[in-house]
Amino acid sequence: MTVPPNQPAVSLPASALGSISRLFMMALLGGAVFLGLLIAANALDEPMRIHGYLFAAVGVAGLFLMIKAHYDAVERDALLALTGKSPRDGYNDGVVRAGVIATMFWGIAGFLVGLVIALQLAFPVLNFDLPWTNFGRLRPLHTSAVIFAFGGNALIATSFYVVQRTCRVRLAGDVAPWFVFWGYQFFIVLAATGYLLGITQSKEYAEPEWYVDLWLTVVWVVYLLVFLETIRRRSEPHIYVANWFYLSFIVTVAMLHIVNNLSMPVSFFGSKSYSLFSGVQDALTQWWYGHNAVGFFLTAGFLGMMYYFVPKRAERPVYSYRLSILHFWSLIFMYIWAGPHHLHYTALPDWAQTLGMTFSIMLWMPSWGGMINGLMTLSGAWDKLRTDPVIRFLVTAVAFYGMSTFEGPLMSIKSVNALSHYTDWTIGHVHSGALGWVAYITFGAVYHLVPLLWNRSGLYSMKLVSWHFWIASLGIVLYITAMWVSGIMQGLMWRAFDQLGFLQYSFAETVAAMHPFYVIRAMGGALFLGGALLMVYNLWRTVRDPATALAPSESGAAAPAMA
Amino acid sequence: MKFTHALIEKSAFLLLVFTLIVVAIGGIVEITPLFYLKSTIEKVTGMRPYTPLELAGRNIYVREGCYNCHSQMVRALRDEVERYGHYSLAAESMYDHPFQWGSKRTGPDLARVGGRYSDDWHVAHLGNPRSLVPESIMPGYAFLGRTPLATDDLANHLIANRKVGVPYSDEMIAMAKQDLRAQVDPDGPNADQLLARYPKAQLRNFDGQAALTEMDALVAYLQMLGTLVDFSAYKADENLR
Repeated sequence: MTVPPNQPAVSLPASALGSISRLFMMALLGGAVFLGLLIAANALDEPMRIHGYLFAAVGVAGLFLMIKAHYDAVERDALLALTGKSPRDGYNDGVVRAGVIATMFWGIAGFLVGLVIALQLAFPVLNFDLPWTNFGRLRPLHTSAVIFAFGGNALIATSFYVVQRTCRVRLAGDVAPWFVFWGYQFFIVLAATGYLLGITQSKEYAEPEWYVDLWLTVVWVVYLLVFLETIRRRSEPHIYVANWFYLSFIVTVAMLHIVNNLSMPVSFFGSKSYSLFSGVQDALTQWWYGHNAVGFFLTAGFLGMMYYFVPKRAERPVYSYRLSILHFWSLIFMYIWAGPHHLHYTALPDWAQTLGMTFSIMLWMPSWGGMINGLMTLSGAWDKLRTDPVIRFLVTAVAFYGMSTFEGPLMSIKSVNALSHYTDWTIGHVHSGALGWVAYITFGAVYHLVPLLWNRSGLYSMKLVSWHFWIASLGIVLYITAMWVSGIMQGLMWRAFDQLGFLQYSFAETVAAMHPFYVIRAMGGALFLGGALLMVYNLWRTVRDPATALAPSESGAAAPAMA
Repeated sequence: MKFTHALIEKSAFLLLVFTLIVVAIGGIVEITPLFYLKSTIEKVTGMRPYTPLELAGRNIYVREGCYNCHSQMVRALRDEVERYGHYSLAAESMYDHPFQWGSKRTGPDLARVGGRYSDDWHVAHLGNPRSLVPESIMPGYAFLGRTPLATDDLANHLIANRKVGVPYSDEMIAMAKQDLRAQVDPDGPNADQLLARYPKAQLRNFDGQAALTEMDALVAYLQMLGTLVDFSAYKADENLR
C-alpha cells in the first residue's frame, strides 16, 4: 500500500512544524513542573502533595523526552533529505506499539486487582483492614484499571492503527499522538494512586477528583484533534464505518466526562471537591454518564474495533453497508436515553424511569443489528473458526455482545429490575459484557496486530492462543453463571416472606448464602487472568523469538511497503 | 445538492456535528426537566444541611468507598419498606453533593440506619464487623478510631457546599469549628447554639474516646442518616409524581 505525500501547498515544512510543536510542548512541560511544585508546596492534604510532586516529576521526564525527540528528529530529517521522502510518509506505528504494550500491562494489572477483590468478598480477612487495601478503595481501582486503562489503551491504540489504514494517511502530528499516549498513562497513574490514598468523588466509573478530570480533559481534546485531523487528511474519499464509531466514542465521552464531573473544589491546593449537582439530579447525571460509559466507551469504541478487525481477519467485506448506517445512528441516538434504568423505583420521578426503560428495550434492536452485521461478515468464512483461534476470539466477542445486549434490555424492565437491582446479577451482566465482549475483541485485535506491528512472520504459537481461548472461556462461564444464580437467589431471599407475612431472611443470612458463589466467581477470575498471562507470554515470544523473525528479504520488503 | 449519507461520510466536520446533535438529545430531554419541575423534589419538613461533624463523617464515608457496597436508597417495594423503613424521598438527598444512592447491596441499605444501633455497636462493628455479625464480609475500619479528625479547613468545605447550593448561612460558616467541637461535647457551653443552627443534631461523644477521631465523625454521620424528615407531617398523595 502506498501513501501519497500529503503536503499542504503553502505551509511550513513538516520538520519545522515538528520543532515548533516540540518547543511549545517544552514550554508547557516547564509550566507543568512549576505548577506541580507549587501545588506540592502549598498542598492542604497529603495525597495532593504527592500528586503535586508526581506532576512535577512527569514534567521533568517529559522535558527529557522532548530533548531526545529533538535530536532524533534532526537525525531523521537528515536521513529523509538523503532519500527525498517527507516525514509524513509511512504510518506512525510506534505509538500503536506502545499502546498495545500498555493495553496488556494494564489488562493484567486490572484482572489481578479484580481477582484480589473477588477473593476479599469470599474471604474478608484478605482486606487486611488497612486503609489502602480495603475493598472500598480497591474496587474503583479494579473498575478503572479494566475500563479506562485496559479498555482505554486498547481503544486509543487500535483507533490510531485503524484510522491510518482506512484513511491511507499518516497519523496527524508528531508530538501530539505521543502526548495522548503518555498523558493518558499519567491520568491512569494519578487516578489509581488517588484511589489508594482515598481520593474519590464517589461517582462510579468517574471517581477521579477535579484536577485529574481536568488533566484527562486536556488529553482527550488532543486525542479528538489528532483523530479528526487524520481523517481530514485522508486519501480515501469516504470515511470508513469503523471511524464513525471511534469518532462518536471520542466526542461523546468528552461530553459525558465534562458534564458529569462539574464540581466545586474546596481549594486549588486540596484534592476534595463537591459535585455541582445534588441528590436526584446528581443521580441521573451520574447514570446518564455511567450507562454511556458502557454505551460509548465499552460499546461504540469497541464496535469500531469490530468493524475493522472482523472483516480483516475473516478476509470478507462487512456484511451490510446499509445495516452499518442504521446500526450507527440508531445506536448512538438511543443509548443516551438508557441511564434512568439504573434508578428504577428510586426517588427519580416515574416519568424519567419509564422513559429510560422504554429506550433501553428499544436499544435491543440496533445492538442486535450490529451483532448480525458482525457475525454475517463471516459468511463464507465460517470454516476459519476451526483453524484460526484469533478469529474465534473475535467471533465469540460478537456473540457475547449479542447476549449482553439482550440481557441488558431484559434487566431494564422495571419488574425484572425490582429483583435484579442491587444484586450480583448486575455484576454478572457487566462481566459477560466486559470479559466476553470487550476483552475478547481486544485479545483478538491484539493477537492480529502484534505480528504486523513488530514485523514478525506470525504469532509464536497458535496452540497457546487456543489454550488461552478455552481457559478464558471456562473462566467467563464460571464467573457469569455463579453471579446469575447467586444474584437471583439474593434478590429472591431479600423479598421472601414467611407464612405470617414477615421477612423470611435477615440480611446476614443472605450474605452467608453468597459465599460458595463468591468462591466460584474468584475461580473464574483466576482462570481468566491465567489465560491473559498465557497471552502475554505468547506475545513476548512472538516479538523476541527467532522462529517468528521474517527473512531479511521479507522484512526488507515489509518496511517500505508500509511507507 | 441532494442530501445523502455519502455527504456525511465524506466530511469529518459533518460527521462530528451530526453525532454531537444526535447524542445530546436524550440527556437534554431527560435531565434538564429535573432542574425546573417543582414536583421533582417533594415538599417535606425537617431537612437541613449537615452539621460540620456530619459533613466530615460523610466525607470519610465517601473516601473509604462505602457506597461500593451500601446503598442509601430504599425503593418503593414492600420488602424494602419492611426491612429498611419508609421509602426514600428525593428531598432526603437534596443537600447531598454528590448523592450516595449506591448501586449494589453487598451489605444492607443505610438510608435509615440512624438510631437503629447504639454508638457502641457502630464503633465495635466498624472496628471488627465479624465480632458482632459472624456472617459479615465487611472490611474492618479500626484505623478510623486511631486517626485524629482533620478540622483545619472545615469552614472552606461549608463555603464550597454553599457555592453549589447548600444553604449554609454566614453564621454557620463562621462557627463551623466551634460547632464541630460542640457536637462531641453535649454538656459544653456551645451545645445550644449548635442545636439552634442544626435542629435534631445529635450531641454525644460518639466513639467514647477523649480525642476527636474520624470514628466520631463517621458514627455521627451514620446516626443521623434518615432521621431528618418528619414523616408524621409528610403527605404522600400530595407529592405524587
